[in-house]
Amino acid sequence: MRMRLVPEITNWDFFGRSKLWLGISALMMVVAFVSFLLQGLNYGIDFRGGTTIRTESPSAVDVGAYRDALQPLELGDITISEVFDPSFGDDRNVAMIRVQAQDDQEAVSADLIAQIEAALSEVAPDITFASVESVGPKVSGELIQTAVIAVLLAIGAVLIYIWLRFEWQFAVGAVLALVHDVLLTIGVFSELQIKFDLAIIAALLTIVGYSLNDTVVVFDRVRENLIKYKKRDLKEVLNISINETLSRTIMTSLTTMLALVAMFVLGGDVIRGFVFAMMWGILVGTYSSIFVASAILLWLGVKRDWTKPDATAGNQYADIDA
Amino acid sequence: MLQIDLWKRILIWGIVALGVFLALPNAFYTRVETHNDAVTAIERQGATPEREAVAAGWPSFLPSGLVNLGLDLRGGAHLLAEVQVEDVYAQRLEALWPEVRDALRPERDTVGTIRLQPSGPMELRIRISQPDGMARALEVVRGLAQPVVSLTGAGETDLAVSGDGDEIVVRLSEAERQATDERTVRQSLEIIRRRIDEVGTREPTIQRQGSDRILIQVPGIGSAAELKEIIGTTAQLTFQPVVGRGASANDSPGIGNEILPSLDEEGVFYELEQAPVVTGEELVDAQPSYDQNGRPAVSFRFNPAGARKFGDYTAENIGNPFAIVLDDEVISAPVIQSHIPGGSGIITGNFSVEESTNLAVLLRAGALPAGLEFLEERTIGPELGQDSIDAGKIATVVAFSAVLVFMFLSYGLFGIFANIALILNIALLFGLLSLIGATLTLPGIAGIVLTVGMAVDANVLVFERIREELRTAKGPARAIELGYEKALSAIVDANLTTIITATILFAMGSGPVRGFAITLGLGIITSVFTAIFVTRLMIVIWFGRTRPKTIEV
Repeated sequence: MRMRLVPEITNWDFFGRSKLWLGISALMMVVAFVSFLLQGLNYGIDFRGGTTIRTESPSAVDVGAYRDALQPLELGDITISEVFDPSFGDDRNVAMIRVQAQDDQEAVSADLIAQIEAALSEVAPDITFASVESVGPKVSGELIQTAVIAVLLAIGAVLIYIWLRFEWQFAVGAVLALVHDVLLTIGVFSELQIKFDLAIIAALLTIVGYSLNDTVVVFDRVRENLIKYKKRDLKEVLNISINETLSRTIMTSLTTMLALVAMFVLGGDVIRGFVFAMMWGILVGTYSSIFVASAILLWLGVKRDWTKPDATAGNQYADIDA
Repeated sequence: MLQIDLWKRILIWGIVALGVFLALPNAFYTRVETHNDAVTAIERQGATPEREAVAAGWPSFLPSGLVNLGLDLRGGAHLLAEVQVEDVYAQRLEALWPEVRDALRPERDTVGTIRLQPSGPMELRIRISQPDGMARALEVVRGLAQPVVSLTGAGETDLAVSGDGDEIVVRLSEAERQATDERTVRQSLEIIRRRIDEVGTREPTIQRQGSDRILIQVPGIGSAAELKEIIGTTAQLTFQPVVGRGASANDSPGIGNEILPSLDEEGVFYELEQAPVVTGEELVDAQPSYDQNGRPAVSFRFNPAGARKFGDYTAENIGNPFAIVLDDEVISAPVIQSHIPGGSGIITGNFSVEESTNLAVLLRAGALPAGLEFLEERTIGPELGQDSIDAGKIATVVAFSAVLVFMFLSYGLFGIFANIALILNIALLFGLLSLIGATLTLPGIAGIVLTVGMAVDANVLVFERIREELRTAKGPARAIELGYEKALSAIVDANLTTIITATILFAMGSGPVRGFAITLGLGIITSVFTAIFVTRLMIVIWFGRTRPKTIEV
């Protein structure tokens, strides 16, 4: 007996309320964007420069004492937060201390770190420094730039690929879905103020890749069915295609989610934000390939008359799966 | 029908076997690692019975390539340094002054007396007392220019000489500056590498990044500060003529001279000629030793060119003091007692034994041509790395088992085929990673976990398609064939787009992010291979043996 996540044959109508779904998605994007503008992201030192120190001690973390110890050093903005993880025992207390980039100081001062460590050792003699990371303001500015370029490049490359492989309406649908996913992910990070660092950019790009993977599988079926059911209208063809690929969509999203949940729970606190971004991305990506990408395709319409020469006829991919 | 040529079968199994073979050392990580260390030690320092014994711990006919663990997993220090390439321009121009002086001296009748003017770091200004002779003076100075040695700057000379009133302005040409930058960064890279090698740590990464940056990652070192001590000092050694000795840094030095503090004696300053007689670049060896009073010192030897210059200078200046300068501090300023012809000497100062040993190492490795500015530094403790490895291992195993169970529940026998392929996929991935010597980082582990989740996608696409084809009742063999055929375009499209993003990540990212891009990209390649070829081969073999009338997927 097989486990079936969705019935063997489904005939659900995904586009009965397509305007409503598009509206909700648009609203969510606006909310995410406004949150990003108003609240901003909780940038890690990769993007705004500064120093983070991860401390570990057998005795409990006293955030107030740490703060008092660092006060005389006049370092400007200091954030001290305790890190909790189910895998830590009672004798393992972890805190993250973040110190802002010191003004007009390109290079990172070793003295400063030594001073901080000395000050903390005074209030908590058994403290150890599990990691110390400093990024100068010069590099962090460049890192932001590179990150934005990387995301834009990825989206651009994908736009071109789908355009070549399908038609421009598909490319627009897929890319809008991607923008939707990226925006919503940024929105969640801004809303929950989760630390946004370089690894999150990697996660964002993976989401781009994954969401696309999903969209492309649906589109591939749409292309096939457009030829198969020449007489049916586009809405019907889209519905058939999504229903046919639904079982696969759910299976793949679930296996990936399963793997990520394991990583989220057991992978340790260092990587949790990164895994969270990917889990959220898979959720949003699966949703968007149906309710955004396909809905936009429906809205834009597709050229159906295949007897006339069209844009895809001449290029190298035209008959790859004939 | 369902046929796969024999040669294809052999090729597929061959690739799988090769992947597993290459991945094998990773299953015995510590053992292979100590074996590799022992082998390197034997190569470098000769064989000892202990080293031979350790080396024999892993058979030499087996591959010994391992997946490197990134800093976030192993602990260590990471530095991003920017080479201050402008430093070199000033040095070049300083060294040019004696040459210009000697070239203009015979032309005194037309240009008059020549004088070095205070000049910025990017230029050399020389005043001539007869501005009418400017044309001739410029011609003579331009004659000193050399063709630029570089590919892009071919046909250009290294100096840009112009006249400004009664002053000659000498600058480095644009082409020369580029060529100099290139040389400076390469030289710095090489010297940093030598210094780190002298200390002897395992698998350091020393890479150039962008035009003037160097990334240094050393696993296993205590802290970034420690690493900076090894590579942070320029160790620029020069021997300069002493003009005078004073007690203040604010005395205005004569033109072409500079005031430098003494290293040991507080409040003592020397006025020195800026252009050195000999520099550390001309050293061939430096060793820690002791002076005649038994105090730690460093003995050195010059190459023939340096020895000649040193010999000539000492012969001409007996009785004059002479300064040994390290990184703009005067170590000592002995008086030249006699002509020193052999090109070897000894540096004395208030050294401890450790300091003299360190100085010898730095001098031997050579001076950094320019200063370094550190833009980024990270220290990751070994315990944190170990924690991450442990957590990553558990997470991977759990993720893996969950997916295996899930696939079996959903697709039965076909699920088992997919599961075998998934296990082989991981082996292939590790084989590939070991083969190219890739570095595994914490996000890289997440990449593997993600690959595990997504690797089944290709199989799921095929299996779902087979199910669909079975519904239209074409018979099992035809359904399997059609399933593979029709799912192919979706598999190719879906994975190609992910490859595109992985490539962009690899190109734009650095460190951990790059590690993630590598595992993601390679994971896609291996998973498509195992899904399209390995699973299919297993299904074909099974189908050929049993010839079932109906199949359930």
